[in-house]
Amino acid sequence: MAQHAIAHGEHEPTTTGLNHRKMLMWAFLGSDCMFFGTLIATYLVYKNRSMAGPLPEDVFSIPVTTVSTFVLLMSSMSMVLAYAALTRNNMTTFRIWLASTAIMGMTFIAFQVYEFRTFANYEIVVKCSDVGVVELTPVKQQLAEKCGTPDEHDGKVEEVVGLTPRTNLFGTTFFTLTGFHGAHVTLGIVWLLSLLFLSFKKGQVTPERNLDVDLAALYWHFVDVVWIVIFTVVYLFGVFPGF
Amino acid sequence: MSQENHPAQEEGAGEVHTGHPTPLTYFKVAITLSILTAAEFGVFYVEWIGHGIIPILTLMSAAKFILVAMFYMHLRYDKLGLNIGGKEIPVFSVMFVAGLVVAAGIVFALMGLFNFFTG
Repeated sequence: MAQHAIAHGEHEPTTTGLNHRKMLMWAFLGSDCMFFGTLIATYLVYKNRSMAGPLPEDVFSIPVTTVSTFVLLMSSMSMVLAYAALTRNNMTTFRIWLASTAIMGMTFIAFQVYEFRTFANYEIVVKCSDVGVVELTPVKQQLAEKCGTPDEHDGKVEEVVGLTPRTNLFGTTFFTLTGFHGAHVTLGIVWLLSLLFLSFKKGQVTPERNLDVDLAALYWHFVDVVWIVIFTVVYLFGVFPGF
Repeated sequence: MSQENHPAQEEGAGEVHTGHPTPLTYFKVAITLSILTAAEFGVFYVEWIGHGIIPILTLMSAAKFILVAMFYMHLRYDKLGLNIGGKEIPVFSVMFVAGLVVAAGIVFALMGLFNFFTG
């Protein structure tokens, strides 16, 4: 196959017969797997070692994160459809799908910004009537001790305990992991928008020279698969008691 | 700026229009991914499953990962490789899976070192 590729002259001759740029991208993706593996491992080993809250069960909103996960998954579909449209020389469809991918990527980032802001301003509210009736998280139990004191207003106690990277080990590892992923997505958006811009310049993005789009698509799908792991391990397992 | 890329030739001679999935296949994969995500969300709120939720969610997550890698990243169609000992080795798949294996090794090694499994 390698010799076959050289015979067709689809890229400059290489010792392996494989395209160097594509090879480099796969090598990068393989190494990025290790990078995220390390961050996920760090999150997991420090998961139950925070000395103070808030903890995952306090702050995570699974419905919101499920929606943002769905958006990112659909962006992968639009990316692959953009690539398919390009190889079929349908430039208008290509641009529409590529723009859709970038917009969905921006939507995902918007969700992440919303989530980070919510966490940073997280306010615990405990209804004093729930004490002893409803199962409370350790942070809420601590706050519930203020029930019956002057801090109680309208039958509830409230306290702002924002989660930042400096709050506890959970905050540090969570923001590092999801922050790096968000940075990857942001870089991907810039890349996609650059391709979209270049596609309006004659001869820059064509069906015959689709490697640029192919590489961008590979990168985009990679940030998608990384998020698939993060969603399950960090969010779903994070809230599950006993993990 | 760019080089030419001929996915058809990368997937084998004569597979110009059959090597890559059709848009319909991409839609089917997207629907499956959506269903799996919805199932993850639903399973998460089923309390009686207990600790069984961990292998269930792990399997669903792995299925989503494999679907994206195989169909969207085209690893299922990665037949371009090096001829080693008469066998075609799909280099791109090997490079990605090797990274994944090392990453998994790092995760489990760190979890073991920090007594994650023993508490």
